[in-house]
Amino acid sequence: MKAINTMKLEIESRSVNESFARVAVASFISQLDPTIEELGDIRTAVSEAVTNSIVHGYKEGKGKIYITVSIFENAKVTIKIRDKGCGIENIEEAMQPLFTTMGGERSGLGFAVMESFMDKVKVNSVVGKGTSVTLEKKINGRFVTKW
Amino acid sequence: MKLEFSGGVLTAFIDGEIDHHTAPSIRETIDKTILQDKPDVLRLDYSGVTFMDSSGIGLIMGRYKLISSCSGKIEVINIPRNMAKVVKLSGIERLGRITIKED
Ligand SMILES: Nc1ncnc2c1ncn2[C@@H]1O[C@H](COP(=O)(O)OP(=O)(O)OP(=O)(O)O)[C@@H](O)[C@H]1O
Ligand SMILES: [Mg+2]
Repeated sequence: MKAINTMKLEIESRSVNESFARVAVASFISQLDPTIEELGDIRTAVSEAVTNSIVHGYKEGKGKIYITVSIFENAKVTIKIRDKGCGIENIEEAMQPLFTTMGGERSGLGFAVMESFMDKVKVNSVVGKGTSVTLEKKINGRFVTKW
Repeated sequence: MKLEFSGGVLTAFIDGEIDHHTAPSIRETIDKTILQDKPDVLRLDYSGVTFMDSSGIGLIMGRYKLISSCSGKIEVINIPRNMAKVVKLSGIERLGRITIKED
């Protein structure tokens, strides 16, 4: 399926860019008139994926994060967040709620949040090459009549 | 962030966004005060929080560990309604008194 509208963003792996990334993505998606709740879900899911690239992918070091947002017919949105970091050895295990390789202040909830806030989460990863996370959500929006 | 200590209760009024970028300074301020004042209860007031992701949960779990090691209890109050979803998902309700803001 061909996207009707797309947006690409390249940011440095710096924690200060986390809020910029989630606001920029939410702002692009605003053209679909999402509800406040839908926008909140998207902001939170994007924040999780971008933080993971910074914290795990690049281990707080230098690198680039590539974000592509596509809008399809029927208001379906995909958000791809990609890094060229260390990659994930076992994706299935990494996506289990509460699984974390960091401990300390990390709760292992990032993927669980992405999965519950979005309709679909796809992860591709190659050790030593990097990780891409694709988030998908259909925006029902504010103009859908609710009975 | 404002901190208040009275009657054995240390209350931290957290405001703004909690993410991986902002959490460390919030954490350091709270932990320093816990170790200094040795409160019986650490009360995190989330009423001024405008955004949080799993870092906001990590902040609660980390403070729970510290205050428990000092034999204290944790409370998280006034979590804005639109952040209740993350809280529910995390299951932190079993750590102490966790309340969502009524509005
Ligand atoms: N972009 C990435 N690059 C490398 N490893 C990753 C990446 N994203 C996730 N991981 C791995 O998957 C695990 C689970 O990620 P998840 O976001 O669910 O939890 P977390 O980041 O450890 O904790 P939290 O998100 O609650 O702070 C991480 O601990 C890490 O090992
Ligand atoms: Mg994470």
